[in-house]
Amino acid sequence: MIPITDLEREALGLSLRVAFWSVTCSLPVGLAVAWLLARREFPGKTLFNGVVHLPLVLPPVAVGYLLLLLLGRNGPLGRVLHDAFGITLPFTWQGAALAAAVMAFPLMVRAMRLSLEAVDRRLEAAARTLGAAPAAVFLTVTLPLMTPGILVGALLAFARSLGEFGATITFAANIPGETRTLPMALFSLTQTPGGEAAALRLALLSVALSLAALAVSEIAARRLRARIEG
Amino acid sequence: MLEVAVEKSLGRFRLDATLTCETSGVVALFGRSGAGKTSLINMIAGLLSPDRGRIAINGTTLYDGDRGIDVKPERRRLGYVFQEGRLFPHLSVRSNLLYGYHRIAAGERHIAPDQVIALLGLERLLARRPRDLSGGEKQRVALGRALLANPRLLLMDEPLAALDGARKDEVLSFIERLRDDLAIPIIYVSHAMPEIVRLADTLVLLSDGRVEAVGAVDELTSRLDLRPLTGRYEAGAVLLAHVAGQDETFALTALDIPGARLLVPRLELPLGAALRVRIRARDVGLALTPPADTSFLNVVPCTLRDIGGEAGPQVDLRLETAGGAALWARITRRSLDTLGLTPGAAVHALIKAVAIDRYSLGRATTGTRFLADEP
Repeated sequence: MIPITDLEREALGLSLRVAFWSVTCSLPVGLAVAWLLARREFPGKTLFNGVVHLPLVLPPVAVGYLLLLLLGRNGPLGRVLHDAFGITLPFTWQGAALAAAVMAFPLMVRAMRLSLEAVDRRLEAAARTLGAAPAAVFLTVTLPLMTPGILVGALLAFARSLGEFGATITFAANIPGETRTLPMALFSLTQTPGGEAAALRLALLSVALSLAALAVSEIAARRLRARIEG
Repeated sequence: MLEVAVEKSLGRFRLDATLTCETSGVVALFGRSGAGKTSLINMIAGLLSPDRGRIAINGTTLYDGDRGIDVKPERRRLGYVFQEGRLFPHLSVRSNLLYGYHRIAAGERHIAPDQVIALLGLERLLARRPRDLSGGEKQRVALGRALLANPRLLLMDEPLAALDGARKDEVLSFIERLRDDLAIPIIYVSHAMPEIVRLADTLVLLSDGRVEAVGAVDELTSRLDLRPLTGRYEAGAVLLAHVAGQDETFALTALDIPGARLLVPRLELPLGAALRVRIRARDVGLALTPPADTSFLNVVPCTLRDIGGEAGPQVDLRLETAGGAALWARITRRSLDTLGLTPGAAVHALIKAVAIDRYSLGRATTGTRFLADEP
C-alpha cells in the first residue's frame, strides 16, 4: 500500500466533504424541481427547464462568474446574506460546495425526473381510493418507486461534484485547506516544476474515486430496481 | 341509494348519464367498450371530475357542481378494484392488504384482516411480492385490499377482463362470496353479460355516454328492444326459479318458473331455494304441437309474443309462459316461414339446456351496516 501524502489526504477529504454537502443540500431542491418539470404545467416552464439545464451547456467558468456576481460581497444576494446572516460564500468550502451543486444540478434533476415520469400514476390513484391524501401518496408510493432514480441522480451529482473545477476556481478559488479539492490540487501540481509524479498519483486517485462512485450507483440502483419491480 | 346525474366532455366523447338505483347487492354497469363505463365509475370514485352534475350515495353528496362540493377520493370511502389490480409493487401482499386498513379510524374497522384473508384464501400469499403472484391471485389481493379499507361500497372496473377462463371463474366465485357473506354493495363494470347475469341484481345499460335503461337483470335482458345493447351471443331469458323437488332415481332437480316446471341435472339445494337460471335463445326450439316421442325433458307451452327484427338467417322470438315468464327462442328465418308463426300463436318451447347463473339468491344478513355508515 502506497502511503498517502498529507496534501493528498487534505485534498481528498475536502473533495468528499464538498461533494457530500453539495449533494445533500441540492437533493430536496432537485426533487422539487424534478416534480415541477414532470408533473406540473405552468407558464414559463420551457424557460425554467432551460435555466435548470444551463450549467450543462455554459462554460463552467461563466457559471462561477455569475455566482460571484450574484453572491459576491457586493452582489445583490451576497450582500443580504452577509449583512443579515453573516454568511460569506465566495472563497470558502461552502462556496465550493455551492458551485459544485449548481454544476451537478441538471444531472441530478434529469435522473429524478425520468424516474418520476416512470412511476405509474394509476398506482397513485389506487392509493387515493384507499384513503391516502396526496402527501401520503407521495411518501408511501411515489417516493419509494422512484428511489432508484433518486439514488442514481445523487451519485451522478456526487461524482460530478468531485470533479468540479471551472466554476469552483472562479467562485471559490484555490485555497489550500479551504477550497483546494482534488482537481484544484492536481491543477496546482501540474503548474509546479517537478510535480508530475504527484500529479499522476492525484489523477489516478480521482479516477479510482469516480469509478467507485459510478459502480456503487449502478449496483445500488440495480438492486433497488430488482426489489421494487422484480 | 346511488344517485348520479353527470355531464362530462372528454375530447369528442360526451358523457351525459343520469341514473338512480338501490345500492344493495350488485349493480352492474354494462356497455360496449367506449360506452363511458370506466369514466362513470371513475367519477363516482372521485378520480375524474364531472363538468357539472351531482353524485350521491346513500344520501351523502360526493359531488355537486352547483354547490361546489367535490369530496376528495381519499375521503369518499369507496373501495375500488381495478382491471389491472394495481397492487403496489414495492410492498408485500400483507402491506398491500393493510394499506387502506391503517388509514381508517379504529372505530370504523368493521372488517378485520383475518376475516378477509380467510375469505379470499390469502393465507399463503402474505409474505410474497405482487410480482410473484398469478393474475388471479393479484385480483384476490386487490379485492382484499379494497375491502380492508372498510368502504361503504365497492367499485369494480372489469376485474376479470385481464384473466383467462379458469382464473375468471376463480375470482368470480370470490366476488360472489363478498356479495353473499359480507353483503357489501358492489358497483360492477363489465362488458361481459355472463358475469353480470351471474353476479348482478340491478343492471344499468350504457351506450354512447348515456344511460339507456336501469332495471332488474332478468327484466332488462328479456327485452327485445334492448337487444342491440345486451348483445346477441349469450342472449336469453334470465328467470327466477325455485327448487320444487328432487328426483333421486335419475339425479334430476325440478325447478319451478312462473307457468312451467323444468327438470335439470341434480342441484344440491334445499326445497324452495331461490336461484337464477338462464335459458339461452339458441338452446330453445319450437314445435306447434307437443312432440310425442322426444328426448327433450322440458317442453313448455307458450304464446309467441314478439318477433325480433334482425336481418339474417336467424331470428329471435319472445315467448311467454302461462305464468307470464319470458322465454326466448332463436330459430331460422326459414322455420319461421314454414311454421307460419305470427305473434299470438300458441307454441311449445323445447328447452335443450338450462344454465344456472346463481345458486343462491339468499341474502346474508351480516354487513347491512355498510348501508348505514357515514364518512
